[in-house]
Amino acid sequence: MSLNTRTGKYLGWGGAAALLLLLLPNAALAQEAAAAAPTPNKGDTAWMMTSTVLVLLMILPGLALFYGGLARTKNMLSVMTQVGAAAALAMLVWVGWGYTMAFGDGGNAVIAGFGKAFLKGVTPDSTVATFSDGVVIPEYVFICFQMTFAAITLALVLGSVVERIKFAAVLVFGVVWLTIVYFPIAHMVWAGNGLFYTWEPAALDFAGGTVVHINSGVSALVACLILGKRIGYPREPMPPHSLVMTGIGTGLLWVGWFGFNAGSALEANGSAALAMINTFAATAAAGLAWMLAEKITGRKPSALGFCSGIIAGLVAITPAAGNSGPLGAIVLGAVAGIICYFAVSFLKPRLGYDDALDTFGIHGIGGIVGALGTGVVYAASLGGPSGEDYDMGGQLVVQALTVGTTIIWAAVGTAIAIFVAKLLTGLRVKEEVEREGLDLGEHGERAYNH
Amino acid sequence: MKLIIAIIKPFKLEEVRDALAASGVQGMTISEVRGFGRQKGQTEIYRGAEYTTSFVPKVRIELVVPEGQAAAAVEAIQSTASTGTIGDGKIFVLDVAQAIRIRTGELNDDAI
Repeated sequence: MSLNTRTGKYLGWGGAAALLLLLLPNAALAQEAAAAAPTPNKGDTAWMMTSTVLVLLMILPGLALFYGGLARTKNMLSVMTQVGAAAALAMLVWVGWGYTMAFGDGGNAVIAGFGKAFLKGVTPDSTVATFSDGVVIPEYVFICFQMTFAAITLALVLGSVVERIKFAAVLVFGVVWLTIVYFPIAHMVWAGNGLFYTWEPAALDFAGGTVVHINSGVSALVACLILGKRIGYPREPMPPHSLVMTGIGTGLLWVGWFGFNAGSALEANGSAALAMINTFAATAAAGLAWMLAEKITGRKPSALGFCSGIIAGLVAITPAAGNSGPLGAIVLGAVAGIICYFAVSFLKPRLGYDDALDTFGIHGIGGIVGALGTGVVYAASLGGPSGEDYDMGGQLVVQALTVGTTIIWAAVGTAIAIFVAKLLTGLRVKEEVEREGLDLGEHGERAYNH
Repeated sequence: MKLIIAIIKPFKLEEVRDALAASGVQGMTISEVRGFGRQKGQTEIYRGAEYTTSFVPKVRIELVVPEGQAAAAVEAIQSTASTGTIGDGKIFVLDVAQAIRIRTGELNDDAI
């Protein structure tokens, strides 16, 4: 099968020959057919299985604790439950029709064919090509790896709507949103015949800055605009109930992100190693840059600022993980930390929307910074892995077009998904449930009994 | 008998307790409370949200002492809880009509 090619790799490592491959989208497929059915390497397979469960660690308990700690005491369980249930739902939908819509055979530039619905025809012997000629991994491993991406992206979106959205609405929204927003965008960016991938030059998105972060951030913004503000926002104090949990979640997200970024090489190789060093360097720079920005604007360098910077850096380096040198990654991380700081600290209060846990401010804004920045740090002249004849201007145009298309697609699709959820579930909890807390009102439990 | 209620800074609690014990006080009840007086609250900032907490954490001590011991107990609290800055707290002294020890039924001075 011709699974995608996160372009950067071909350009970076294959030099001129790889450039040729890009010009001939089917070349990889043809070469694969010519070679006698390759067997998966056990090292690659083991690394990809590890990466897959690392991404699961990002969701549970990573994101659940990160988001849960930012919520109020009375909503802790509802946040954890929404994150967990959304991820579980995404896994089932992925097996059902998600995988085939994103990575199935055939189809068009927007979605693949439905031939692999319910994973029809996939066996333990099925393999998918990686980015190196003749290297494959078991298809089930690839399916699982990509499944966790769909799961975390849906869970991320919920950050803007927590503390007031109905649990049932989350589930309905999740099914519709995955189907009309996530699967098509994943296909467009990553599948061999996907829209952004067939552009010339192809869009650079190593590990899903567009698919996961711009997508979840913009969807979160649209969802919270339609849903409305929490009662009392911004008049009543709504401080995070446990920054300790948010800190623990931040650490788990960072650790898990190595599976997300380095795993996106699909092999245990030098490309994965580059993604790994960048996931350290950019993230470290962003965490410190956020606190520096706080200090410069007359505030104290804060624990939440550090955590937020870490996430902003991870988001920004995602598309650039294997598409940047380590120094470029440090600059990209620092820039993302500072821009996201201003977005959540000044832009959001000014515009007045209630993106409760700043999914748009960090994943949306950080994702856009990362997607555009990838076009810059990719350049060989800046230490990136591009060829010598890299056309930064042309690449930046494609990056911007990809960002723009994703924003529009995510915004329209999210509006539809939210209205479907509203129609079927009413979308928002009753006022007394919101005041009393969703833990009691929606789940019949309290997070803390002491 | 006198009921002494003291609102003090939380970190002064152990010092005050020791001083009261030294003055012969047999027991006390404490609770963690919040309030405001002349001391202003703190400002907390979480990303874009800035909150001024107008209530400051304090510890409230309650103890009942025989008439003759009240002055010494008040003096013990006042001298140890003081830091010389605003927010040191207040001491209130009230008359108590009756005290009963639940286990034995003893009354008043015998009960405290």
